[in-house]
Amino acid sequence: MNRHFAPIIITLARGVVFAAVFAATPPRAVGAPDKPAAPAAAPAPAPAPAKPAPLPLQDSAVWQQECGACHIAYPASLLGPASWNGVMSGLDKHFGTDASLDAATAAQVGRYLRGNAGREQAPATTATATPVLRISDTAWFRREHREVPAARWRSPGVKSAANCAACHRGAANGNFEEDERQEHERGERDND
Amino acid sequence: MLHKHPSHRSHRRWSAMLVGLVLTSSWAVAAVPGDFLQQWRAQAQAAGAGTAEFSAARGQQLFTRRVTDWSCSSCHTSDPRRQGQHATTSKAIQPLAPAANPARFSDPAKVDKWFRRNCRDVLGRECTALEKGDVLTCLLTLK
Repeated sequence: MNRHFAPIIITLARGVVFAAVFAATPPRAVGAPDKPAAPAAAPAPAPAPAKPAPLPLQDSAVWQQECGACHIAYPASLLGPASWNGVMSGLDKHFGTDASLDAATAAQVGRYLRGNAGREQAPATTATATPVLRISDTAWFRREHREVPAARWRSPGVKSAANCAACHRGAANGNFEEDERQEHERGERDND
Repeated sequence: MLHKHPSHRSHRRWSAMLVGLVLTSSWAVAAVPGDFLQQWRAQAQAAGAGTAEFSAARGQQLFTRRVTDWSCSSCHTSDPRRQGQHATTSKAIQPLAPAANPARFSDPAKVDKWFRRNCRDVLGRECTALEKGDVLTCLLTLK
């Protein structure tokens, strides 16, 4: 082989191998709590997703960018596919704001959400319409946060249940482990 | 197979093509604030706004106007050079003024999307080209 071409081909081959490995890596299992109290008492998720094939990287990147623009991109596993379809079909009236997307972007985001959705969630109250659209209106969320005083949600540092990162420091990375909560939150709980 | 091609000249040609492709593809997306002003000026004139000179003063008024629960400043603050905060979720919003954040007003799709959403939220309707131009003109006065 011509010696001038060998380094180029080796570099290209390395790039192809790197790209193949990168594409084959399953998407990070964001928001998958290790505790048994996962949504609707589902079995504790394994580190790799149970879905048969990893989604294209572009869908998850689009989801992260679009759904993380105004709040953290809530992990898709927290709601079922019917809930996500409900959210996506009402984006122009998204919890009091216009979050509309162009059709192509919406298709990508919808595909990601349906592909990574969890089980359909039971509502926290019988007055809540189903499918539940608001994660904090699910029975699971209420159970997980049953120790949080009502006033805490309205406090200036939190403002609403939409603001996960107020207490869950790693929320933006899909990490909601209890021991990752802010120091003062843990301290207050221990003092109860 | 490969040994038939002169090595150095092929390398340079392919490298140049690759670099050119990367550069042009990135430049195809990047716009500058002046591009938007030009576009909106043309649209405003077509919509019958006369000479359509944008006004920073009008833009300032629009920015702080409250028709619904929110104004632009509810999230972007009254000084768009500062970091803002989403009025409901408290998520940090990077500065809006191009002088403080050069990434602003560089992506036409993003600009269209956020004007569509936020004008509907704040004014209950889409902003006109004149209004968009006024707001950007005001933002560009901030250094």
